[in-house]
Amino acid sequence: MYLKNLRLHQFKNYQKADLDFSREINCLLGINGSGKTNLLDAIHYLCLTKSAFQSMDNLNVLHGGEFFTLSGEFDLEGKNWEIRLVVENGKKKQLLRQGKPVEKMSEHIGLLPIVLIAPDDTMLIKDGSEERRRFFDGMICQVNHEYLEKLMRYQHFLKQRNALLKQFAERGNWKPAYLEPYDREIVSLSKYIAGVRSDFLLEFQPKLLEFYRFISDAQEPVGVSYESDCMEENFMESFGQCLQKDIATRRTNMGIHKDDFLFSINDFKIKNFGSQGQQKSYVIALKLAQFQILNQQKGTKPLLLLDDIFDKLDDKRIGKLMELVADRQFGQLFITDARPERSRQILSGMKETDVRFFTIEKGKVAAVAQ
Amino acid sequence: MNFPSKLIENAVNEISRLPGIGKKTALRLVLHLLKQKENTTIELADSLIALRTKVRYCQVCHNVAEGEICDICKSHRRDKSIICVVEDLPDVMAIENTGQFQGLYHILGGVISPIQGVGPDDLKIESLIKRVFESQSSGEAVQEVILALPATMEGDTTAFFITRRLKETGIKVSTIARGIPVGGELEYTDEVTLGRSILTRVNYSLD
Repeated sequence: MYLKNLRLHQFKNYQKADLDFSREINCLLGINGSGKTNLLDAIHYLCLTKSAFQSMDNLNVLHGGEFFTLSGEFDLEGKNWEIRLVVENGKKKQLLRQGKPVEKMSEHIGLLPIVLIAPDDTMLIKDGSEERRRFFDGMICQVNHEYLEKLMRYQHFLKQRNALLKQFAERGNWKPAYLEPYDREIVSLSKYIAGVRSDFLLEFQPKLLEFYRFISDAQEPVGVSYESDCMEENFMESFGQCLQKDIATRRTNMGIHKDDFLFSINDFKIKNFGSQGQQKSYVIALKLAQFQILNQQKGTKPLLLLDDIFDKLDDKRIGKLMELVADRQFGQLFITDARPERSRQILSGMKETDVRFFTIEKGKVAAVAQ
Repeated sequence: MNFPSKLIENAVNEISRLPGIGKKTALRLVLHLLKQKENTTIELADSLIALRTKVRYCQVCHNVAEGEICDICKSHRRDKSIICVVEDLPDVMAIENTGQFQGLYHILGGVISPIQGVGPDDLKIESLIKRVFESQSSGEAVQEVILALPATMEGDTTAFFITRRLKETGIKVSTIARGIPVGGELEYTDEVTLGRSILTRVNYSLD
């Protein structure tokens, strides 16, 4: 799969931009703040209907503008896909596929697989469990549509249940029987979601280990395990026993929205015991394993976006990544870099590869060179 | 928008408060009325005042009524042993137009959605339970409740809640079928609907 071209209108710091991409390597060069990452985000938008960095759509509109549009043409195993996304202040976000509006955004997720490696990926290790759930959910949703539907259903019922708990407190009127319709859905959906997550890890884990060893040249074992109460035999009872706590805290304290994925190295938590270098290798391995899973399940190579990777990684890890690139492990590649000479040097070794360099200046694509 | 007269401005402002009508449409309506005979506007205004001051809600089913009880509940030709539960008024009209239902209705006035601040107490659910219970000690006991609620998560939640509350009455609770629309093609039906229509398939009858 590859992206042929991209058009932006009033998106972030771009008034208008029009880019034709190489189907192999695209290098976006420009000083900090010029808008390189915004181009990657536009691609992310077209594939997954949302930004990778900013969850409020209207904050991605050019300052002073009323709307933004993005459009791009993808080639998916020989079939052409024209995708267009329109966000207008005060209106519902609209996605058009081959010119026709897509009714549910969720229908689009999974068609165009994509993997982003960004400088703040170590947040996956350092931050709370939400980041990790988001990472795995995002990946599973791209390959399993039923999972996506059930996860959305779960989030909806959870919101309703929490609103009801708040209402109880505000009205001073406790009627636990009113919770029953939600409890029932949350319990059964939790069991399904936890089951899929745990099966998914069985497949994910060996790939993670393989890539970690490749990237770090080290033999220490790394792993990821899933921590959830929802697969216990008596989950239904435990959920019920949590009621007093739920009422006191006015929110739901059990269910898959509380689960965590534990990242380990030598059987210890990598967050506490991994060195900076080990953590960096680990998150790259996570993303490469994601790439391979999507590749296998989708039957096409996902787009790979590498944001500012040369700056944040040492030469050894960059060398390893470039080995994979030279080995044609990836499909279309998008790389951003603030130092043009460095990228040109690293990529000069790529023989018989179509590398295109784009120079970005203040929201404009200033020059293109082969 | 600037208006040539305060009278026009007031009328435009009032009309544009209605859903789906903006200032421009309201102005067009106002100018239209000014061109018609005076009586047209007076009749319109009278009918609106009568609507608002005279309409009552049926004490049994909460349908609109002119007296205490609505025409459907009063009718001797309706089957009193079966109640169809709907979200709101337009649903009654839609089902009446099918000509397929001869029983009575019960209008909830919404579906349960705590996010929107609507809990079970804000709907006519207790009045339904009471209605069913009271019928059992009278000569015309309700035998079946049909839930004709929207096919959304909120509709499902409400259906579950009502079914649970009706359990102790022991009467039959059914829900309207969901599946392929008549005249619809399978390939254009969404997956969820098609999947559900296979799970809830019915025996083919030769009669």
